[in-house]
Amino acid sequence: MKYLHLIWAALFRRKARTFFTLISILAAFLLFGMLDATRAAFSSGDTVIGVDRLITSSRYSIIQSLPASLATRIEAIPGVKSVGYANWFGGIYQDPKNFVLSFAVSDNYIDIYQEIELAPEQRKAYENTRTGAIVGEPLAKRFGWKIGDKVPLQSTIFPQRNGDKTWPFDIVGIYKAAKGAANGTDQQFFFHHKYFEDANAFQSIGTTVGWYAVKLTSPDQADRVAKAIDALSANSDHETKTQTEQAFNASFAKQLGDIGLIVSAIMGAVFFTLILLTGNTMAQAVRERTNELAVLKTIGFSSQSVLCMVLAEGVLLLVLGGVLGLGLAGVLVPIVAKGSGGMLNLPPIGTQTWILGIVLMLVIGAIVGVLPAIRAMRLNIVDALAGR
Amino acid sequence: MKSAKKFGAGILVLLVIAVFLAIWVVLPWPGIVVLAVVLALWMALTRRGRQTWEVTKVGLATLTQRLGSSSVIVVGIAGVVGVLVAMLAMSEGFAETLRSTGNDHTAIVLRGGSQAELNSILDRDSANVVMQGPGVKKDASGKPIASGELVVVANLPRKGDPNSDSNVPIRGVSEDVWALRDQVKIIEGRTFKPGLRELIVGKGAKAQFEGLDVGKSIRLAGQTWTVVGAFESHDALESELWGDTQSVASAYRRGSSVQSVTVLLDSPKAFDAFKANLVADPRLKVDVTTTREYFSKQSEGLTKVLRAVGITVGIIMAIGAVFGALNTMFAAIQARAREIATLRAIGFRGVPVVVSVMLETMLLALLGGAIGAGIVWIIFNGYTASTLGANFSQVVFRFHVSGELLWTGIKWALAIGFIGGLFPALRAARVPVTTALREL
Repeated sequence: MKYLHLIWAALFRRKARTFFTLISILAAFLLFGMLDATRAAFSSGDTVIGVDRLITSSRYSIIQSLPASLATRIEAIPGVKSVGYANWFGGIYQDPKNFVLSFAVSDNYIDIYQEIELAPEQRKAYENTRTGAIVGEPLAKRFGWKIGDKVPLQSTIFPQRNGDKTWPFDIVGIYKAAKGAANGTDQQFFFHHKYFEDANAFQSIGTTVGWYAVKLTSPDQADRVAKAIDALSANSDHETKTQTEQAFNASFAKQLGDIGLIVSAIMGAVFFTLILLTGNTMAQAVRERTNELAVLKTIGFSSQSVLCMVLAEGVLLLVLGGVLGLGLAGVLVPIVAKGSGGMLNLPPIGTQTWILGIVLMLVIGAIVGVLPAIRAMRLNIVDALAGR
Repeated sequence: MKSAKKFGAGILVLLVIAVFLAIWVVLPWPGIVVLAVVLALWMALTRRGRQTWEVTKVGLATLTQRLGSSSVIVVGIAGVVGVLVAMLAMSEGFAETLRSTGNDHTAIVLRGGSQAELNSILDRDSANVVMQGPGVKKDASGKPIASGELVVVANLPRKGDPNSDSNVPIRGVSEDVWALRDQVKIIEGRTFKPGLRELIVGKGAKAQFEGLDVGKSIRLAGQTWTVVGAFESHDALESELWGDTQSVASAYRRGSSVQSVTVLLDSPKAFDAFKANLVADPRLKVDVTTTREYFSKQSEGLTKVLRAVGITVGIIMAIGAVFGALNTMFAAIQARAREIATLRAIGFRGVPVVVSVMLETMLLALLGGAIGAGIVWIIFNGYTASTLGANFSQVVFRFHVSGELLWTGIKWALAIGFIGGLFPALRAARVPVTTALREL
């Protein structure tokens, strides 16, 4: 640590060069931060919330519904605490571009999803209003909805009994997502399944549900209960597939495309270039300073400390640029998310991204520093001073 | 006074760059060829030009001594161009696959406000009214050429990942489909027989999903279906499995309803009348679009996102690459400082020096761009991928690295080279000869 000022001085020996290199590093880590946020937006995340939930859907296809009668039979399975259900509504608000993630849900659904944080009086209002709906805070903000507003949503699938496809709703609650909830939790629109059944032109909709959300008494029952639920309808014409919520979300995200792979490929290209670029700068910097390094050695610095100093210079360069880049990404990501009007739901840069980023900075710093450092360590004082 | 002059010069350089980039973006390829020819003529015919060529030759000859740092420019720009072209090829490929699925002489009719076939439903009567609409082409026996279709979604595992579920579209089609979609050809086996649980599979679906070889059976909605053939169409239909409408409807308990009706029109001009007639019909509440519009619209959202992401990533990487190039070229002119100063001392003017440094950078950039675009072309042209489309099911598409995209990549490379070379070039021409000669 006591050599810090020396390393610092060496780093900024040529200001322009260091500045240019820093900007290249900054660009690389800015990209890393933004792409990692994109990846995180499409992955279900490793949230602890929801490990005690199973999703039961049709084995054959996501568009096939399940009989409503299954609910009581699932409830009877030991290890099941409660069973909720939901139906896809496919709502749009005013313009087909304004797609709203909307679901008709059973009354206990918001108890099963505890991460939906709703004020008690709003909860009560929701229970007492037939056409009541609750929406996530950012979603409400996006369309300027307030409590008490009457909001018409048009369903792309379900007409009402009178043939009208526009369904009126009363916004009675605006909820927040608890910390650690899956990304996108606060972008949803929930309303009563009862209203959905009663007003629906498809009268048979009351006997079916889209999928079940099963709450377990404890997460380690998941495998056993999932098998038991699927056994209920084995060999029937409505076989089910039960999986943990995480697996369900992950398989869904995977269908969009392997975003993780695309991100890794781009970052691979970026970091490869970065290593070459900074490696070259470092080599140049050390070559230029051959004389100075020889002087350092002459006045008593050991070969090891010269090695460490050059290595530290590389790491410092990367950490400086990298932290600035990730910091900038931290500022830009929320702006981009906001600018996309809810289309791109980027989560803020998390601790995990920072940890991974810093590890990358250290590793790349070491890689670009190691060759010049070894060269500096092996430097022969006499040859170096003589300019040989 | 001096600092004001310097400031003015800085502004001027920025202006030059801005103007250059603006022109560059809109310049078509013949424009660049003309520029290159003009440059070549200038170098061959004028005194200045010949001087420039001589200086450039020295620079290129000494390039081998600066191989490491020069490769930074090449690799850095190859990276930018590679990522950019790959992302755009993905976007382009997806858009093109969907665009080519539709055409102007067929129209698709959905229930009003449905947006995608999956959400739509039309009962038998409505479907019949649609088929009898004006402008629908009739076959030899006077029957309208139209296909009432159903699209359902089945879970099938992706190849090489038996536990995964992918939503694969299954389309129930009527016999007229072969006249409606003449791009579809059976390439293996035979077509399905009406009334039987038989399927034909698209080439794309067959390649992406498990168990779709001809002769195999798959389970759909609790029943066993046999794959009897495979087809190709070079568009989004290749992601689908096709069966007879009646068979699919009975398996998925759809009764006699269909989800969409696609009709063959007498001519593209007949569309307006056809649409006006259906919209005015009080018995119907339907959306009528040409298939070209219907499928193009489906690609709009994702194409835009991919383009935006590609260009954003490209710009950020380009900034990094510009500074990498600046570093390299500053180091290069510094290494050659004495030589350049000597040239200027014996009478070479600033312009040949500036142009030669820029030329060297842009040649390196061109090499990088060509390498990046070339690698992407080799790896990704025709690469198959799939994503979730409008029908909540997989659309298989191919990356398309078109000549135009390669050209875009090269343009980016040259732009990066231009900016990365300009500042070092100006510096080389500006440093007072005496200072440079005295330097190390």
